[in-house]
Amino acid sequence: MTLFFRRAIEDILKNRFVNIVTIITISLSILIVSTFILFFINTSEIMNVWKKGVRVMAYLKPGIGTSKLADIKQSLKVMPGVFEVRFISKQEALQTLKAQMKRQSSLFESLSKNPLPDAFEIRILAPENNWEKIESLAVQIESLDQIEEVEYGQKWLGRIIHFFNLFRLAGYALCGIFFIATVFIVANTIRLVIYSRSEEVEIMRLVGATDKFIKIPFYIQSIIQGALGAFIGLAVLFVSFLVLNASVKQGYFSSLFQIRFIPPAVLLSVIGCSMLIGWLGCYLSLKQYLKI
Amino acid sequence: MIDGDEKSSIIRMFHVHHNYGAKRALIDITLDIAKNEYVFITGPSGAGKTTLLKLFYLAESVSEGQILIDGINLARIPHKRIPFLRRKFGIIFQDYKLIPSRTAFDNVALVLEAAGKKRRLIQKKVKSMLRLVGMEDRYNTLTPSLSGGEQQRVAVARAVVGDPKIILADEPTGSLDADSAGVIMDLLRGVHIRGATVIIATHDKDLIRKTGGRVLFLKQGRLEGSAFVEKQHDDAIF
Ligand SMILES: Nc1ncnc2c1ncn2[C@@H]1O[C@H](COP(=O)(O)OP(=O)(O)OP(=O)(O)O)[C@@H](O)[C@H]1O
Ligand SMILES: [Mg+2]
Repeated sequence: MTLFFRRAIEDILKNRFVNIVTIITISLSILIVSTFILFFINTSEIMNVWKKGVRVMAYLKPGIGTSKLADIKQSLKVMPGVFEVRFISKQEALQTLKAQMKRQSSLFESLSKNPLPDAFEIRILAPENNWEKIESLAVQIESLDQIEEVEYGQKWLGRIIHFFNLFRLAGYALCGIFFIATVFIVANTIRLVIYSRSEEVEIMRLVGATDKFIKIPFYIQSIIQGALGAFIGLAVLFVSFLVLNASVKQGYFSSLFQIRFIPPAVLLSVIGCSMLIGWLGCYLSLKQYLKI
Repeated sequence: MIDGDEKSSIIRMFHVHHNYGAKRALIDITLDIAKNEYVFITGPSGAGKTTLLKLFYLAESVSEGQILIDGINLARIPHKRIPFLRRKFGIIFQDYKLIPSRTAFDNVALVLEAAGKKRRLIQKKVKSMLRLVGMEDRYNTLTPSLSGGEQQRVAVARAVVGDPKIILADEPTGSLDADSAGVIMDLLRGVHIRGATVIIATHDKDLIRKTGGRVLFLKQGRLEGSAFVEKQHDDAIF
């Protein structure tokens, strides 16, 4: 095995130029793809928080009797897509508000009367797929007599989720394109190496080398290209991430959310994928030009 | 598969023809080479000597007829087994076929590496073999920087290092002075004594006379004759 590695490294050094170009191309592809991954990991986390929080608040007109409340709750519950309905009395709302704003509790001391309305909190199932439904639901709720106002603060969320999904689709497509493109680039490099070694390969065959013996150094070489490319691409991303993160930290956003780097498991699978690209490119090239 | 009725033959050819396109390089060759025989194939340039050897190790395949090598019918050998067939041979190519990007040592080592031998054994065998052909101080020289004769000696070392059953030597002394040629011929004789079958293609009649053995005479692709030549003890030549 050390022999094969030695041969592979010799080949890389001998065909330095194509190998460097290949590795750089792979690392650029990896950089772009992993930038996407980084973006998705961070945004989908935010999205998930938002999605879970998709709810509609229906504020009631003041002075509605308890029996009436049950009626309203019932009619809300049977509306399509509604998952859970919870009554929040104005006292409860005030308690929550006070708890949330502990530091400014002095604000509440001056209150003689609870200014908040009673409300229903309505949770909606799987809203990211049918945002229009939520809108029509809101209209429907609002049309109820006893409801003063309907609020679903994340109106814009639907658009963002929609856009995000499109973006993700584009990301997948891009990954696919880069995958195929890099496979062909590796295949091309290996083709050049095969040409530069065709005499050698012929001689090896004549002295009784098996196809496997001949092929292994090519595979090692291309897998090294893949791994090295991935490593460089990810390293560049990581450095830019650190720089970006440092500048964000000083800014305003750091208090809202924390940017995370790609988790190790995903990093490993990116490197693995890149090695697979190397392997695949090599496989295609050997099939075509070495006929083995 | 045709069975070798004579247990002692290592190469058998039955009515073998070989064409390069329209060019008829070998015509109706039938011959039998016994295990541990010492055979010369001779004839003028273009007679088909190299082609004949190429058929043995499947660098070319016959257009017609059959060949048995060590009991294996070459027509039936699966692609995967070809490397193992070739390991039966130690081949000294007429054009040496050394890998230009590798050192003398690595070229000789290749045979053993391909056969999956252990590193330490490879080191030992390759070094002693290169010493035997008088190349001990050129281990690490890339083969293109060697002289023709030196390259030929490396090629010889590579051919014999794997202890093959059959040596195919295509003009093994073509680029050598009498002394180096003597060294190589002694080496081949040593391999022969240890049990290998040796087949030498050459048009050097002196070489045949000095060594002795069976001589197959090829002319324009036909096997014109077969004779046994006695070794001549002509001390004046050496
Ligand atoms: N690859 C090839 N394609 C076409 N013709 C070939 C090829 N190789 C050999 N020939 C022809 O076949 C004939 C036999 O060639 P071969 O090399 O076997 O001769 P040889 O006896 O080895 O000659 P020499 O003593 O010069 O080495 C020649 O006429 C040659 O031109
Ligand atoms: Mg010849």
